[in-house]
Amino acid sequence: MASTAGTGALTPDRSGAGHVRGRLAGPALIAPFALFYIVFLVGPLIYTFVAGFFNGSLLREGFGSWVGFSNYADVLNDAEFWRTLKHTLWFTVLTTIPLVLLALVLAILADRFVRGRWFIRFAFFAPYVIPSASVSLIFMWGVLADQTGLAQDWLKALGVSSPPSWLGDPNWAMWSLAGVTVWWTIGFNFVLYLAGLQEIPRDVHEAAAMDGAGPWQRIRHVVIPMLGRTTTLVTVLQIVASLKVFDQIYMMTAGGPDGSTRPTLQYIVDTGFTDGRTGYASVVSLFLFLVILLISLVWFFLVRRAEKES
Amino acid sequence: MAHTKEGPAATAAAAPAPADAAPAPRRGYDAEKLFNRVALGVLVAFALLWLVPLLFATAISIRPADEIAVDPASWFTSNPTFAAYEDLFDKGKLPYWYANSFIVSLLTTVLTVVTASLAAFGLSQVRFRFRRGVFLLLLAGIMIPMQVLMIPQFLALQEVGLLNTYWGVVLPQVPNVVAVFVFKQFFDGIPRELIEAARADGAGWLRTYWQIVMPVARPAVSAVTIFVFVQVWNNFLWPLLVVTDPEMMTLPVGLNSVQDAFGIPYAQLMASAVLGAIPLLAVFALFQRRIVEGIAGTGLK
Repeated sequence: MASTAGTGALTPDRSGAGHVRGRLAGPALIAPFALFYIVFLVGPLIYTFVAGFFNGSLLREGFGSWVGFSNYADVLNDAEFWRTLKHTLWFTVLTTIPLVLLALVLAILADRFVRGRWFIRFAFFAPYVIPSASVSLIFMWGVLADQTGLAQDWLKALGVSSPPSWLGDPNWAMWSLAGVTVWWTIGFNFVLYLAGLQEIPRDVHEAAAMDGAGPWQRIRHVVIPMLGRTTTLVTVLQIVASLKVFDQIYMMTAGGPDGSTRPTLQYIVDTGFTDGRTGYASVVSLFLFLVILLISLVWFFLVRRAEKES
Repeated sequence: MAHTKEGPAATAAAAPAPADAAPAPRRGYDAEKLFNRVALGVLVAFALLWLVPLLFATAISIRPADEIAVDPASWFTSNPTFAAYEDLFDKGKLPYWYANSFIVSLLTTVLTVVTASLAAFGLSQVRFRFRRGVFLLLLAGIMIPMQVLMIPQFLALQEVGLLNTYWGVVLPQVPNVVAVFVFKQFFDGIPRELIEAARADGAGWLRTYWQIVMPVARPAVSAVTIFVFVQVWNNFLWPLLVVTDPEMMTLPVGLNSVQDAFGIPYAQLMASAVLGAIPLLAVFALFQRRIVEGIAGTGLK
């Protein structure tokens, strides 16, 4: 694409060697990506914003008719929207805490061993490359199934006479989904932490050991503080990823039982694609976008302030 | 965990106070050794626990139906069978889903790597007006989750008749801002002399990009390739919306349609899960180091 768009500009400028200015070369090189970016990101974002003021529908052409801010008012007064947002935030809390802390602990422990590291890495990272559909099949029909599932079987073996219905009981469903998500995605954070640990120079460990610090003191006072930047990155990425949860919930509980696990993204799919109310779903999309943006910004702001203070 | 186990470690190590010349290092050595043992125990326990679901699904998938009927949660079978796998390949659309996922992932990866690296090269090595502005505009895109844009994307593709096609799945996934940043970060580290020497020899920008920059940028290319390929291969929501024809489905969407059908035997459900997991697991097992380094170096998600 670039070759046809900018052949003239891309031929060498013979007037000078090193400091040639690429008046057209720069834009020409960016053009192919920019085209995709405008068509599939900028355009849709503007569309979403505009569509929120119309009562558009999947069933007819065009935007529909102008309704002003009534979609916004409806969404804000929609108890189901707030309920799905609450589920989304709760899921984010339930997954982010173990996915950051457990990954940190496991990575610190794994960093002490060189032999057999591939096995540890494989065990934790393998689930991460599996499609959500496989994960859902394994847990919904295998591990967490009622009567036949492995988890209930193990609990019965331990003497629990009536183990919970992991995905069928509204009190347990969200916890189960969070547990599955921890199993599925911890490998990614684990690997990021391992990389962060590798950047800590060996002599820092040795100096602390010479000072008589035991392994636990070294982890607490040297290793964890030095992983601060990694922790920030891991936490932000995790929060944003958890707020966008859809796949595993859609496939394992379909948002149930009784809508008790339905996340906001599924509400967008349900109102926009199943009910076909595109204008309404656009406004819900904007609100979800706003929540993701706000939470990431607040997090960055807090971390920055903490860094300045220390 | 480590904390609670460390207490006795310290006291045990302190007890036999040796009269040697160097007691301090010896004591530290003992605590270290005990800590390592506990750490290893905890790690291995977690690693084994993490492997249970995959192994269990595999174990169920090779059990004959009559044994499963008697004891569904058992791991063991006296006569393993691949009947579930054979049924899936004979009756199902699995070969289609594999092929579709491969084609879609490959197309997206190639388009993303080419467009993103070209753009990053322009932003990193070519001086032109509004360069910073363009860069910041792209940077802003990193904060927009694709999922909140799916309604207009869907309507646009419907308008041009790309629903139920490969391009419909591929095109919206191409503009990956993170890929541009990974490339730009890498290109920024390439010595200016290298570029300037090539330019002085009369090479155009495209030739400089293709013959000088890209060969050096192998690590960035492989990191972006792996990351985009895995992301597209595992994407569920977008192909779920765009594709309804069973023969056009990607692997995740196809697998989901399997569990929607009623009365599928347990062994077949687990066999589908295993078959869905195998391709990327194999890739991961082969390229473990490179994949891990790629993710670690870029912090992609």
